Amino acid sequence: MNGTAVLHSIIDGVLTGSVYALMATGLTLIFGVMNIINVAQGILVILGAYLSYALSVHLGIDLFVGLAITIPTLFVVGIVVERIFLSRIKGPERVVMSILVTYAIALVIEGLLNIVFSANYVELHAWYVVRSVRVFGIWLPYIYLLGFALAVVLLGALYVMLYRTRFGASVRASLADQTAAALVGINVRRVSTICFGLGVAVTAAGGMIYGATNAFNANSSYDLISRLLVIIVLGGMGSLGGALVAGIMMITIEDLVSVVWGPTWSNLSFFVILVIVLSLRPQGLFGQRSVRVA
Amino acid sequence: MSRLKYGWWLPLLAAFVVFPLVEKNPTYTTIGVFTLIFMGCAASWNMFSGYSGYINLGAAVFYGTGAYTMTLLSNHLHVPGSGDQFWLVPVGGLVAMIVALPFGLIALRVRRHTFVVITIAIFFVFQLSAINFSFTGGTSGLSLPLIPWLVTNFNTPFYYIALGIVIFATLLSFAVRRSRFGLQLLAIRDDEDRASGLGVKVFAVKLTGFVLSAFAIGMCGALYAVFEGQIYPQFVFDPLFDISIALMAIFGGLGTLVGPLLGALVLESMQQYLTLQFSNSSLYLVLFGALFLFIVLFMPQGVVVYVRDLWTRHSLASDDDSTSMDPALSGSTLS
Repeated sequence: MNGTAVLHSIIDGVLTGSVYALMATGLTLIFGVMNIINVAQGILVILGAYLSYALSVHLGIDLFVGLAITIPTLFVVGIVVERIFLSRIKGPERVVMSILVTYAIALVIEGLLNIVFSANYVELHAWYVVRSVRVFGIWLPYIYLLGFALAVVLLGALYVMLYRTRFGASVRASLADQTAAALVGINVRRVSTICFGLGVAVTAAGGMIYGATNAFNANSSYDLISRLLVIIVLGGMGSLGGALVAGIMMITIEDLVSVVWGPTWSNLSFFVILVIVLSLRPQGLFGQRSVRVA
Repeated sequence: MSRLKYGWWLPLLAAFVVFPLVEKNPTYTTIGVFTLIFMGCAASWNMFSGYSGYINLGAAVFYGTGAYTMTLLSNHLHVPGSGDQFWLVPVGGLVAMIVALPFGLIALRVRRHTFVVITIAIFFVFQLSAINFSFTGGTSGLSLPLIPWLVTNFNTPFYYIALGIVIFATLLSFAVRRSRFGLQLLAIRDDEDRASGLGVKVFAVKLTGFVLSAFAIGMCGALYAVFEGQIYPQFVFDPLFDISIALMAIFGGLGTLVGPLLGALVLESMQQYLTLQFSNSSLYLVLFGALFLFIVLFMPQGVVVYVRDLWTRHSLASDDDSTSMDPALSGSTLS
């Protein structure tokens, strides 16, 4: 272990962490507005990665250009899933049922992806995936920097949409209190559907970066979703800033542990931190303790 | 009324007892053993998650703990592969309960939806530990002492022990349902704050139910280990196991006594059969997910409640006697 390795892992963690933060923001946005935990987020990331893969391998479309197709596609997938399945879940057990329904949707998508693309690991290829650039004396593949830039741009766009537009105001109102939002004339149904679409659409970008930095198959979704869930619980469910901070923090810590103790322990550190934080602060780092949860 | 209500258990039980005597093909009795293992797990899982509404998606921790306990003990104690290992099955259940205690102490501090997420996270801690520690054999797994039995009769003892576990889990679930403790669990499901306000020690009740449900699942895991003769961390700590038993219970009817048994019977035997026929587990994933979505959208309370409601409506239409409904039992499902 030396200083350069630690610095490397921190830079690496921040760059990768921002991509996780993007995917987790989608998840926490969905939870905050709709009270739905979208367990399918992991497989949707993989779906996004496979879409980029198919476009680049069969049509020769560049990964970043392909996002112009995959992001709207996943937005539509999100809208369709919300309209057909999630909008029908009612009653006091909505949260729990939503977990199971999205899990079932994930199983269907996983099975289909396995059938279409087989279970062999694939990787996304482009010149910026294989070439590196020297930053602060450290060689980094271009894709890490481009991925970071993409995550920053999309998170920025999401932020502007949420805090600077009229629609964003209705989203934040629905986040705070659905009933009150409906009372002041916000169409909470429509806001929910669009938010679900947006939350799913970010997986297209996240999936492309994930696929370019990792070899993946449909099974990788379990690893992804477990990390994303830990991130949003740690950040505080429904807290957008919390997802951002927790995403970058967790991936950085994971990379550090990997350098200091070895990669086999890095995954474990993730969950150990979760258990410790929740024992001290059950509502997560930035979550608000609800006064009464039925 | 009560004779009609409980009378049909007996022929059903008889059918399960007779099955391996009639069906000699080991392929099908193997399906039988797996189905019974899942029925035991689903019934026991439902005893906590179905009654309390706290959906535990980390039950594979109990299953895997049972399996590893069985394997490590029979290897270190040099238990010969002659059926003596079966005495270790309850030990597997007990160790699962011991593991469930700290698990519950951490996970039950939060309310329902966060609980679900934490159980998933703790599950991955166990899976990764099993892969990373050396005493578990890592990804190459561990083998158990070989049992030198003939193929023709190999499945029979496993079948009856699994059946015993299912009966035990069902009776326990029934006893809990009828007890004061069971009513406290239901009260927590319906309104935890009110239950707490009325004097239910919610944390203690939840923890007791959680730990209790680990016993039969741990035994099933231990039995599975002997049955397979070889365990791997990714198969005994399997995320699909967690979701499968939850789906089985919901398929049949969450919080009902028969629901999880029916769900496991239908879904597990279907999975085993389809895997056998098409040797394609991906197709099964698609069917499984689609079937579950269908159930949730059209029979949100599960098949058992759906059929019972149909039956009640039918008998209400024929005579207007609706007073015989037992309020404690009719309220046994999630609305």
